[in-house]
Amino acid sequence: MKSDKYYRSKKVAVNVIVYAFLIAVALTCIFPLLWMFSSSLKTQETIFKDMSLIPKEFHFENYILAWKEGGFGRNFLNSIVYTSVVVFGIVVVSSLAAYAFSRFTFPGRNLIFYVFMAAMMIPIPGSFVPLYVLLNKLHLRNTAIGYILCMINVGLSTSIFLLKTFFDKMPKELEDAARIDGCSKLGIWRHVALPLAKPVLAVVVVLNALNVWNEYVLALIIFDSKPLMPLQVALMTFQGEFITRYPLLMAGLTITALPIILVYIFMQKYIVKGVTQGALVG
Amino acid sequence: MRIKETLENYLFVLPAVTIFLVFYLIPFIWVFQLGMYEWDGILPTKIFVGLSNFKEILTQDNIWWLSMWNAGYITLIAIIFQNALAFMLAMACDREIRMKNFFRLVFFIPPVLSEVVVGLVWQWILDGNYGLLNVWLVKIGLPQLAKNWLSDPQTALTTVAVVHCWKGFGWGFLIFLAGLQTIPRELYEAARVDGANAWDSFRNITMPLMVPVAILVAILTVLGTMQAFVLIIAMTGGGPAYHTQVPVLRILASMRGSSRFGYACAQGIIFGLILIIISFVQYRFSKRSRQY
Amino acid sequence: MAVKFSGCFRGILAFVVLGCFFLCGCASRPVENKNTVVIWHWMTDRQAAFEELSRRYEELTGVKVVFELYAPSEAYSQKIRAAAQSVSLPDIFGILGEKRDFSSFVKAGHILEITPYMLADNGKWKNMLFSKALAVNEFSADNSYGILPGIYGVPIDITTIQMVYNKKLLKQLGGNPNKPPATLEDFLALGPKIKASGLQGMVSGWGEVWMVDCLANNYAFNVMGKDKVLATIKGQVPYTDPDWIKVLEIFKQMQDSGILANGLVTMVNKNAEQLFANEKAVFAFNGSWCVNVYKGMNPGLEFGAMLPPAVNSKYPMVIWGGAGSSFLINARSPRKEEAVKFLRWLTEREQQVYLAETTLNLPANKDSLKKISEILAQFADDIESSTHPNVWGVSEFPAVVEALDKGIQSIVIGEKTPAQVAEEVQKIKQRELSKQSNR
Repeated sequence: MKSDKYYRSKKVAVNVIVYAFLIAVALTCIFPLLWMFSSSLKTQETIFKDMSLIPKEFHFENYILAWKEGGFGRNFLNSIVYTSVVVFGIVVVSSLAAYAFSRFTFPGRNLIFYVFMAAMMIPIPGSFVPLYVLLNKLHLRNTAIGYILCMINVGLSTSIFLLKTFFDKMPKELEDAARIDGCSKLGIWRHVALPLAKPVLAVVVVLNALNVWNEYVLALIIFDSKPLMPLQVALMTFQGEFITRYPLLMAGLTITALPIILVYIFMQKYIVKGVTQGALVG
Repeated sequence: MRIKETLENYLFVLPAVTIFLVFYLIPFIWVFQLGMYEWDGILPTKIFVGLSNFKEILTQDNIWWLSMWNAGYITLIAIIFQNALAFMLAMACDREIRMKNFFRLVFFIPPVLSEVVVGLVWQWILDGNYGLLNVWLVKIGLPQLAKNWLSDPQTALTTVAVVHCWKGFGWGFLIFLAGLQTIPRELYEAARVDGANAWDSFRNITMPLMVPVAILVAILTVLGTMQAFVLIIAMTGGGPAYHTQVPVLRILASMRGSSRFGYACAQGIIFGLILIIISFVQYRFSKRSRQY
Repeated sequence: MAVKFSGCFRGILAFVVLGCFFLCGCASRPVENKNTVVIWHWMTDRQAAFEELSRRYEELTGVKVVFELYAPSEAYSQKIRAAAQSVSLPDIFGILGEKRDFSSFVKAGHILEITPYMLADNGKWKNMLFSKALAVNEFSADNSYGILPGIYGVPIDITTIQMVYNKKLLKQLGGNPNKPPATLEDFLALGPKIKASGLQGMVSGWGEVWMVDCLANNYAFNVMGKDKVLATIKGQVPYTDPDWIKVLEIFKQMQDSGILANGLVTMVNKNAEQLFANEKAVFAFNGSWCVNVYKGMNPGLEFGAMLPPAVNSKYPMVIWGGAGSSFLINARSPRKEEAVKFLRWLTEREQQVYLAETTLNLPANKDSLKKISEILAQFADDIESSTHPNVWGVSEFPAVVEALDKGIQSIVIGEKTPAQVAEEVQKIKQRELSKQSNR
């Protein structure tokens, strides 16, 4: 029999290794964030000459400059609104559809579902052009609604896939009980299925929020007028054809990263806590 | 009565299907039939060439298949190393350690960061002449390992793959962690009482229960990595000399560089078909393994 | 739990609905009134200067001109193409493409021919501008694109792509800071010295293949003369011709001598600019926009412009030069006349000088040269030795260009020999030629 001391020191050793490993990887993850932040405090001249993480001079005014020139007031607000509306739209539309694919039977159900799945796998190169032409015909070009609808479409397939997989595993008893109580289908969806699906919904929220928040190419093509542009497009103006104003760009990107990190922190507890109900696991 | 119920069911999928029809299917059909034309994207007239674009891709376009091979290589590395890393980190965080929330937050930073920043930072680290990595290698006495990571044809592709893994492991980590946390602690307790050591519990409890999660992560990884390109443009531009070309870059080159919009569409369709086949195989494999 | 959720649900719903109204309301507001001239462009560094100029123009004439900036340039060119497809282009725009794309736009009816305006008054407008700059926007009488000869665009600046050298570092290496190496031999001789000193030789954005193409083309003109190069493009001379192999060998020689920087083949131009600005590289192969870039990164940099060192004196060394950015007028715009007037004003001396001073770009107006800084003048002088693919009247197949450029990258990293690359390029050329004749 091995002694207690052996086990304890083995445990300590294992813990040390585990912590070292975690910290090493964590460092590589934090490094770019720190670099981004420290670069935002340098000037165009020193940004590549001064290689240290801690800048010699702190130019906090870069943030103010980036805010003003990057259109942070209006465009930031736009991004928030677009992201919220699109995420909300995706959550509603995809959860309705996923629930139907999972619980109801109707002709063509499997076919339609497979079509959605295929869409997840086939990238359409140059889809910007037909989308633009389409929006133009619908008189939705350069409108928020046009952009929002396009972005909802982008996130639909993956979200439906995630949600249906969850709904398939959900036990039916609660829904049966609700139906016996006289609840309508929509009511069951709203009062029983959705609350149980919170962890998956949280994943869907984070995934889509990230995509919409970081998107800029479609926005640039669909929108003509600056007041309608989301934040990322405004930021891109710091990245000129020949000259990139790095400190301002970094300041802008730092500000941009914050809301998404906040969304992630907020949603995180739903994802991991609720997932103990076997949401994502097979 | 039955009709009413069926109509109600359809109503649930109506919004999704409508949006999908308008914003995906219509552009898709437009792109699909464009694969059969030779067009530069601007002229009002297009030349119908039937299936010759597809034939060209399948028989003559060696660079296309090289790019598929490269993407496959990166994806393979991602499936093995990225997911292994994600899994190990998830295992490490699954134990009752302090700062669990901190690590959960930090490991998700790479996916959140914009690709602009990721590209710039890694380029700076990996630069052959003044990059941080080489500077450290020299400092710790290993100057012979200091290479031109991004421009040396032997290391370029692997380097790019590693950076991709770095950016992507956050998602896998999250899903694995969630999966690990659903395994009831009692199983481990019971095993320990029975005299099993750590390796045995891992082999008999953890692994079998995590297989379906691993497959889900694998499917998502394949789909995501095969379509990667933004980081590659930022770090190597697809070079040196095609060593880091990937399919999406080829499609973009056809569209913009050679103004062959129709050809680009044909490439996109073939790419999509290949992805569907791969995903289908993975999905069937996962269904079978779940029966165990 | 369910109650709490629905309360939260309602809150979000309200917010979202409000958001929608907010956005809808703003979207339906007309963006510009009927008489504003709208210009779409991608030039981030000039937006402020443009806005000032449009303010001046409005004071002068009462006509409102709006400059809308869309960056980065790839996204801009996609936007233009999408707008072209749905026939909703603005009054004035740029294309950011090659001559072939330009000709497609003309054929599709998107571009106004401005020859009559240029030639009016004994060609007053035409003569204001550098002929090389105009040539890029012109289709000549024997062009292979099938376009009616004429002038279709307005150059608003010129650029050249040539070499620059760091005066201080050159002096350190024993060279004359005012006389950079003029022959390839002298240039290559510096290679070992540069390697020994720990500096980098020549940096350039060769990760972006067109820069490789540019230098290869420059040497091609130098080695075999313009006519033979054009004959090769037309398919009359094969790429396996000894002269072409000589051109490819130049790259091998450069690599072997150590004059090329490490990691050149995947270098992004912005990195190359940093290295040169931070005085880590002695030479750079870059465009005249670099003056502005270097100034931003290192105002104290002492550098000069030079032509790529010639390999022989039989044919002249040429560089690529011509119009930097050009504006085109939408043929379908109801405000064509106003657009023409504005562009004409924009290319007049005073405005060109203003632009050159504030954005450090070379003016397209010939008379503005006296007023620009010395280093810019050095670049402008060399425009006489310049040519540009857009003026040759023929275009090489993109697949061949790509094969040539990637082939040169392979030579530099030592994977292929010049002879091998020449063969491969010629094979692809044959293939493209036969495809073309089958159509």
